[in-house]
Amino acid sequence: MDFIGAYSPAHLKFLLEGFLVTLEVAFISIVFSFAIGIVIGVLRYGRIPVVSQVLAVGVETIRNLPLLLIIFFTYFALPEIGLKLDKFYAAILALVIFESAMLSEIVRSGLNSIEKGQIEAARSSGLTYMQTLWHIILPQALRRMVPPIVGQFISLLKDTSLAVVIALPELMNHAQIINGRNVNYVIPIFLLVAIMYFIVNYSLSLISRRLENRYL
Amino acid sequence: MLNYSILIEHWDMYMQGFTNTLKSSFLALISSLALGTIIAVFRIAPVRPLNWLGTAYVEFIRNIPLILIVFVFFVGLPTIGIRLDSFTAGTLGLTVYTAAFIAEVIRAGILAVPKGQMEAGRSSGLTYLQTMRYIILPQAIKMVIPPLGNQFINLVKNSSVLGVIAGLDLMYFGDLISSETFVTFDVYIFVAMFYLILTVPLSLGVGFLERRLARSR
Repeated sequence: MDFIGAYSPAHLKFLLEGFLVTLEVAFISIVFSFAIGIVIGVLRYGRIPVVSQVLAVGVETIRNLPLLLIIFFTYFALPEIGLKLDKFYAAILALVIFESAMLSEIVRSGLNSIEKGQIEAARSSGLTYMQTLWHIILPQALRRMVPPIVGQFISLLKDTSLAVVIALPELMNHAQIINGRNVNYVIPIFLLVAIMYFIVNYSLSLISRRLENRYL
Repeated sequence: MLNYSILIEHWDMYMQGFTNTLKSSFLALISSLALGTIIAVFRIAPVRPLNWLGTAYVEFIRNIPLILIVFVFFVGLPTIGIRLDSFTAGTLGLTVYTAAFIAEVIRAGILAVPKGQMEAGRSSGLTYLQTMRYIILPQAIKMVIPPLGNQFINLVKNSSVLGVIAGLDLMYFGDLISSETFVTFDVYIFVAMFYLILTVPLSLGVGFLERRLARSR
């Protein structure tokens, strides 16, 4: 093991560059999948005929597939039907498809956890269904959803590493490139990469715990 | 229309991948159940250093990517002279990763058993471990079965990382078939179907158990 060689300034810079791509891909995917997840969750909660059933089948199918398969699909299979995406967008698309399905389930069960009496109370106070949903149900449900949603964000950040299979230049990919130079770098580099992921994810989970204590 | 001749001509390869995916998930489930239970007991045992050890394991492993752990076994260990085949390295990686999640599930189950049970066991003259083994764990198991089912579903899906290190699972054979046939779309749709054959019944079963447990409370 060669810690000094492995942690040379050039290597550290290269790893940080990879980590920035990881964070960028994760951030963009979080924003989109959060928005789409809320929309799907609310639509399923609303029990609109046909729409709810179609969404249920879609969500359950996606949730029961490995994310890795979806990444392969968006990068290698979509070009066959004429949709060629760059690595960066293929990874984001796959993450958004998978994570919005996961998040929609969190949203749906959060909404379901709000007592039915709340809806009835709001409706009998003269609010419309949409107003009830927006002003009464969603704010309460979102508060309860904070811990599982942050948990899902942590998963998403970890899952970006799967894009190493399509050689997206993120942290794992850069780690593997450095590892390829000298076998003595492998363990020190993996250790450092693990610490990098850990710091960001553990901070996220601490923030989630604080939010939980404050609002619940 | 999907090209079903691919499925028929490569049936053996699909089946081999399917069997290995199942085998790896199952082996990892059994071993992470054992490791996870030990870590859970560490976390709640009345011994400080063990608590720290258990907490450190869970927090560290849960916050790093699975593929990194698998790479440590497959790429890292050989650099210090320990060589594992890809299937073993992948299954070990899955075990180490999943054990952290299972430990949390089991810990929550144990903590859900009323405290008086432990006190009653101890005052009847049982040791801490005996009370754990005969009083607490049997009661905790009922509550942890649905979340453990969810972990098994995750395990089946996560076993796809074996494909990255040529671990002879479904993903690996999917890759192989698509490079032989120069078809990707249809090949991966079939791979997806094989995963769904495993995961959808499991999800339905877990949903059923969750509803039944909710009603019995």
